[in-house]
Amino acid sequence: MEDIKKPENLVYKTTDLMTDKVLSYCPGCGHGVIHRIAMEVIEEMGLSEQTIGIAPVGCSVLAYEFMNIDMQQAAHGRAPAVATGIKRIWPEKTVFTYQGDGDLAAIGTAETIHACNRGENITIIFVNNGIYGMTGGQMAPTTLEGMKSSTSPYGREQKSMGYPLKMTELVATLPGTCYVTRQAVHKPGNVRKTKKAIKKAFQLQQEKKGTSFVEVVSNCNSGWKMTPVKSNKWMEENMFPFYPLGDIKTPEE
Amino acid sequence: MEQELRLMKGNEAIAEAAIRAGVDAYYGYPITPQSEVMEYLMAEQPEKRTGMVVLQAESEVSSINMVYGAAGSGKRSMTSSSSPGVSLMQEGISYIAGAELPCVLVNVVRGGPGLGTIQPSQADYFQSTKGGGHGDYRLITLAPSSVQEMYDFLITAFDLAEKYRNPAMILTDGAIGQMMEKVVLSEQKPRRTEEEINKAFPWATTGRSGSNRRIITSLELDPARQEQVNLHLQAKYAEVEEKEVRFEKVQCDDADYVLVAYGTSARLCQQTVKMAREKGIKLGLLRPITLWPFPKKEIASLINQGVKGFLSVEMSAGQMIEDVQLAAAGKVPAAHFGRFGGMIASPEEILENLEQKIIGG
Repeated sequence: MEDIKKPENLVYKTTDLMTDKVLSYCPGCGHGVIHRIAMEVIEEMGLSEQTIGIAPVGCSVLAYEFMNIDMQQAAHGRAPAVATGIKRIWPEKTVFTYQGDGDLAAIGTAETIHACNRGENITIIFVNNGIYGMTGGQMAPTTLEGMKSSTSPYGREQKSMGYPLKMTELVATLPGTCYVTRQAVHKPGNVRKTKKAIKKAFQLQQEKKGTSFVEVVSNCNSGWKMTPVKSNKWMEENMFPFYPLGDIKTPEE
Repeated sequence: MEQELRLMKGNEAIAEAAIRAGVDAYYGYPITPQSEVMEYLMAEQPEKRTGMVVLQAESEVSSINMVYGAAGSGKRSMTSSSSPGVSLMQEGISYIAGAELPCVLVNVVRGGPGLGTIQPSQADYFQSTKGGGHGDYRLITLAPSSVQEMYDFLITAFDLAEKYRNPAMILTDGAIGQMMEKVVLSEQKPRRTEEEINKAFPWATTGRSGSNRRIITSLELDPARQEQVNLHLQAKYAEVEEKEVRFEKVQCDDADYVLVAYGTSARLCQQTVKMAREKGIKLGLLRPITLWPFPKKEIASLINQGVKGFLSVEMSAGQMIEDVQLAAAGKVPAAHFGRFGGMIASPEEILENLEQKIIGG
């Protein structure tokens, strides 16, 4: 075994931009993978000393404990405003937000839309699992019709609870966004695609093209009350038809 | 060197002071009676003068969070608003206080509650000096009573905010924001360079340096540690109360009675002091300049000196009077007189109330 661990045989190592802290996420959750690939991109692009990340309120409120870069924790939904405040006066730094669906698509709708509409040169990583994870599985703006949550125990019913909100399609209509895409991290192929998307988003930020927006549809096995394997299958069968994967807007070449 | 003088509105003085104080960013949202702050900045184009950024946000909620971001990254940043807008900012102010970020907030107060009126008021005293948002925190609160002080206090407020890593509030009102007076301008201060920011604020998120990385947060899930955070804040507030009390006394040396008033009310009270003296009443004026920390020791020493009663004169239904009464500790009478909802008292009314409530009472 020790023989195999020779440097020339090493094909993978964890990035230095993840701390050694044990992740606070439930086993099976996609957050850990998304954290890692975001940090890998920053490391590979050599941006670690010029990047400022913004953590949200929600499951990833402690993202700053795991991402080993300068970070600010924002009030619920306000991350795009905090990012704007930094980026406007530090235009040469790389600034990104990391937000869940409650944070970005409910309480922070105004901050999200207006940062995108001004075309702030920031990157928004939006993790959509259709539920409020940290507070215990309540309905999110992105919860699917018929989907059960602790505040829609008989299933989301559109007449009184409204329709699930497609924030990503919405921000794609704004002239300030340069790149809008929806990805997933439940399979290795998807992880690679998401990493490519995040890299593209940061590159476009460096080119000052406007707001780059990467949605990652993810599972919440605890909130959905399923095993991790079953939750990924459920996500493919139910989330992807409503939230289809792929680029929604790419910059004109 | 010759003085640089200019006739300016109070709101414009705030804006010009911001440019000259080397402020990096102003984030705001229009609201009467303070919109001239951003209008002046936009017209002046400080980006060309100093590189200062001015941005109109989509709401006060957003502008205060932009200030949070910029202040957290070590930049001199500020916002201004009026009462309903400052209510919207309370969440952000609490986060700023919790994360210990230096920045300056300006509240050009108008009458409330609710949408109220656009006329001047001092009814946001409680909000500024007692908390306003959630949690145990304090805002250093400065109360200018002239256009010159609007200019000067903006600079003082940044110095105090940065010294204590705490938000500072300039609490003024629509009358001072709108009126024009002569202002002596100071010299242009340069904005800090990145190197100076890293030296002055090693906690600021300017991008990780080697293995040294910075986190700006107000979150601490462990209650035992959160209690320590609170104790640390309280120790800081105690130091501010000890060292940063500012006030002005007018004819207090031989006074039998003292009016306590700030801002526009203090200007009216100066006239009342003159009128009372002409009638043979030995009246003085204590003008708190810092509303928090409040000059409570000064009230106590005025009582020791022989003052027999205080009248707190406010454009509110009675807010600062609570601090005056706490400081007077029942030793001498302390009463309140106020006009509010956008109305301003006359010096005659103030004298009448002093005679009825304190001298006659």
